[in-house]
Amino acid sequence: MGVFDPIIELSKGLGETLRSFLREPTVTVQYPEQKRELRPRYRGRHVLKRYDNGLEKCIGCSLCAAACPADAIFVEASENTDEKRFSPGERYASTYEINMLRCIYCGFCEDACPTEAIVLGDNYELSFTDRHDAIYTKDKLLEAVPAAEMLTPRKVEPGVFKRSVPEMKDPTD
Amino acid sequence: MDWTTWVEWIVKGFALCLILLTGFAYLTWYERRALARIQVRVGPNRAGPQGLLQPIADAVKLIFKEELTPAKVYKAVFFIAPILTVVPSLVIAAVIPLGEKFNLFGREITLYVADINVGALYLTSIASIAVYGIVLAGWSSNNKYAMMGGIRSSAQMISYELSLGLSFVIAILLGNSMNLIDIVNAQRDMWFAVIQPVGALIFLIVVLAEVNRAPFDMPEAEQELTAGYHSEYSGMKFALFFMAEYQKMIVVSMIAATLFFGGYREFWFLKDTFFSVDRFWWLGPIYLMLKVVVLLFFMIWIRATWPRIRYDRLMAFGWKVLLPLTLAVAFITAAGILLAQEVNPLLIWGVPLVSIFAFLFTVIFIYRDLRRKSHGRI
Repeated sequence: MGVFDPIIELSKGLGETLRSFLREPTVTVQYPEQKRELRPRYRGRHVLKRYDNGLEKCIGCSLCAAACPADAIFVEASENTDEKRFSPGERYASTYEINMLRCIYCGFCEDACPTEAIVLGDNYELSFTDRHDAIYTKDKLLEAVPAAEMLTPRKVEPGVFKRSVPEMKDPTD
Repeated sequence: MDWTTWVEWIVKGFALCLILLTGFAYLTWYERRALARIQVRVGPNRAGPQGLLQPIADAVKLIFKEELTPAKVYKAVFFIAPILTVVPSLVIAAVIPLGEKFNLFGREITLYVADINVGALYLTSIASIAVYGIVLAGWSSNNKYAMMGGIRSSAQMISYELSLGLSFVIAILLGNSMNLIDIVNAQRDMWFAVIQPVGALIFLIVVLAEVNRAPFDMPEAEQELTAGYHSEYSGMKFALFFMAEYQKMIVVSMIAATLFFGGYREFWFLKDTFFSVDRFWWLGPIYLMLKVVVLLFFMIWIRATWPRIRYDRLMAFGWKVLLPLTLAVAFITAAGILLAQEVNPLLIWGVPLVSIFAFLFTVIFIYRDLRRKSHGRI
């Protein structure tokens, strides 16, 4: 340690802060205007998916509710008919509620789902001013239909949508 | 004394208060933006363009905030303490010359509120009054931490006052007057910061301790004292402490500029050029403002860089390092002036050389002291 080391070290510190003062700030994202790009596996708010033909993927099996460690999901299933068909197979979710105050965004529901109906999406802007608004119902969670005639429930040809879980091309996948 | 003099005084007094109050508001903005840039952030930029309306939003918030008075405080003192802190920080600026005199409506207007022939003494005396507000705030709060903050603050301010007074003495010796206007005019040919660089450095260090700024902000050390003397204050009373701190920053920058950096005068090498204050009186306040902004940037820069020093080391630094060094430097200055008068005017340049030598000598002594401590030998 030389005699002038303390002074040199103090000046080095001053130089470092001055350098960062002269640089443009880069780390701040001006949030409401700019948004950071999310990672592909980001776990945001849930979305209930549909098939390409507009039928809901969810068959009301409640496996997600069983898997949920925070007990945030409540599912009530009802019978499908060919007159009023929501999803392929026998049953559909007539009630699907997620309490966003309880949800911990762990993604277990996603893993548990046999039809890949529930997916954690990329929406993280959840805010509510009332505790009742924290319960997201099925109409909030369900994906928009691609076209107006694909709305559920709808009348379909009898005997086509018998299988509730889609056939997998590669079952080991 | 006719009534126009009174009008002039009142107008100038109001103008000075307004300058300091808006200066305080925008100093907070300046500090937050500068600190943010240093820390690779953006800082307040939402209220108005570049966040320029942020101080107004803060002021509105602080005025409408609830004011708590804890049940067991000494109410009268608790109420007076913030006022006692703010008032000195405003009145101290009265003697600082802001520019050359000029003519308006056939009257000669001077750009200072009061022309006191012992202006430098006035500054030291008012600067030390400010400590009362802090001590009384700490004591009346009926809170251990506030009390500790107040006591630390008073001890620190009294210790550093000695070096402050002695560095005033250096400027007084060089200017051959206690009148601040004479001191400024004496710097027409050369700034005192060039003749006495060590004195200017000491003044800047001491002033940081006087206004309780980092790295000497022990009285309000958050980690140890939970904000120190103003922990029990809220709302507008807290805002007054805040205001006093920032106004003191502005005022001490003005004083530093006046005593060592040519005051409202231009750079010494510009004295007979187009940019001289003698040519345009309105350049004076602009030069002073630029100097103040640069000095304030130094304060912010230091706050962003250096950590707080430990309290016992702060006291040791004040008493064992700064005070002897300032005494030596004051002596060197006096001797140099005497030699320059009696023998040869060029000998005044012995002052910076010998002072820098004394400074290096001090650095070597600090080094040896630190080395001895770190090796555990006596």
